[in-house]
Amino acid sequence: MPNSSAEGRAVSLTVNGVLRVVEIDERTSLLDLLRERLHLTGTKKGCDAGACGACTVLVDGARVNACLNLAIRLQDAEVTTVEGLTTGDGDLHPLQRAFIDRDAFQCGYCTPGQIMSGIGCIREGRAGSRAEIREWMSGNICRCGCYPRIVDAVRHVAAGEGA
Amino acid sequence: MQPFDYLKVGSQAAALEAARRGGRFIAGGTCLVDLMREEVERPATLIDISALQMREIVATGRGGLRIGALVTMAAAAADPHIRTSYPLISEALELSASAQLRNMATIGGNVLQRTRCTYFRDLSAACNKRAPGSGCAAREGYNRSHAILGTSAECVATHPSDLAVALAALDAVIHLVSGSGSRRVAITDFLIRPGSAPEREHALRDAELITAVEVPALPRPVRSGYLKVRDRQSYEFALASAAVALATRDGVIRAARVAAGGVGTVPWRLHAVEQRLVGGWPSAQLWRFAAECAADGAEPLRHNAFKVDLLRRTVERQLRIVGQP
Ligand SMILES: Cc1cc2nc3c(=O)[nH]c(=O)nc-3n(C[C@H](O)[C@H](O)[C@H](O)COP(=O)(O)OP(=O)(O)OC[C@H]3O[C@@H](n4cnc5c(N)ncnc54)[C@H](O)[C@@H]3O)c2cc1C
Ligand code: FES
Ligand code: FES
Repeated sequence: MPNSSAEGRAVSLTVNGVLRVVEIDERTSLLDLLRERLHLTGTKKGCDAGACGACTVLVDGARVNACLNLAIRLQDAEVTTVEGLTTGDGDLHPLQRAFIDRDAFQCGYCTPGQIMSGIGCIREGRAGSRAEIREWMSGNICRCGCYPRIVDAVRHVAAGEGA
Repeated sequence: MQPFDYLKVGSQAAALEAARRGGRFIAGGTCLVDLMREEVERPATLIDISALQMREIVATGRGGLRIGALVTMAAAAADPHIRTSYPLISEALELSASAQLRNMATIGGNVLQRTRCTYFRDLSAACNKRAPGSGCAAREGYNRSHAILGTSAECVATHPSDLAVALAALDAVIHLVSGSGSRRVAITDFLIRPGSAPEREHALRDAELITAVEVPALPRPVRSGYLKVRDRQSYEFALASAAVALATRDGVIRAARVAAGGVGTVPWRLHAVEQRLVGGWPSAQLWRFAAECAADGAEPLRHNAFKVDLLRRTVERQLRIVGQP
């Protein structure tokens, strides 16, 4: 086999504004890099197959599934996770605040992915109506069924009321 | 996941050279990484082609469009030219997967994505596509989502791509390059029915790269669109889908392009439906008459007989949506 060593190659990328250089096995997903190596456990693992959205993060500004991203491919990339949303003073991002104010979760497991996806949805200009938000947030499953309030929160921030 | 070597290439020549030595291309990775994790795919080397210059959408001299293989699904769906001239493409893309996946996945990878048949992904199940000669667990198993058209004794898996259905309706052409030069293959010849060799899904040769997909110009004025019917409203594969383009002049349909998804082992072009449309006046009766033959030749399995009627009704509804004045 080409490479069976546990930690093979170095990759350097920026995570939440901090440059990180990590030795990784080629097989490491961005999700496992974040959770297991950088101890940023805000990003969640649901399906590990692109089918739930719990692992949603921004890579170079675009929302993606961290579970299907091989970390070795992210040389020089800029990654933003839910931990990177708060400002230096600890102020929450408007969408985080909206999720709390509108009670947009129960167990909270899907929430970091929902928030990162919601930011992407708003940036992409796809949060113009409830129907549009539902469609463009469909890549994030919530087993607790908090969808109406998640839509409320995204709508609120997209409409500028909470920004 | 099996270990592999990772190689990022900076040029097409380097990509082809690496592929000749036995590597596998990775574009968005949304299909390949998933299947590698399941160990359905076990490439020894991954050739990362994301730095290649195949991200352009350009108008061809002939009034058509050439979409680079590395254009993401999101970028293609958002392209103003595609949205205005080929709504069936942007609609097929926006009804695919999720916004996150579309930000990663590419046009070339989409066409080559592998079936979602659960037995194909289950290493303990018989599957002629994954392990030639092992049998087909889906034939006698749970086959509600499987194909009713283009099947063989060896395989009944559907081709899952929505985009490929729109491309089949449009007579799109796949641009390919390898060490021995470049060639073009119609998408309907490129994607292959299972027959007795279900492991062979497409006409890609060893160490050959998709560089672009070309969509020819349509007769004008034309209206088009894509309808997808599924178990949930979004983020789900099609049970049946219909890509329709109709060119109408002086109240008469002059040209019709119709293809169906979710029902075939390959995107299913519906020439018989098209023939019934051409020369006709748009009307509820015409849509019904044309769609009646949409499922001709279907061979339903134990759990998917519902797809026969669903296919006809999906085609009829989409003809009405696109064709109503
Ligand atoms: C949860 C989920 C839901 C989905 N839902 C849908 C859906 O509703 N509709 C739909 O159509 N799709 C759907 N998909 C599939 C998705 O669209 C495909 O996985 C994606 O389009 C593949 O593109 P990629 O660039 O990520 O391909 P990759 O994973 O990078 O590659 C796929 C294959 O193509 C080969 N390849 C890639 N590019 C080239 C090239 N230029 N030349 C030669 N070979 C190449 C690779 O070697 C590999 O074999 C879904 C996927 C997931 C995970
Ligand atoms: S963990 Fe990535 S989509 Fe479910
Ligand atoms: S809040 Fe529990 S899964 Fe969404």
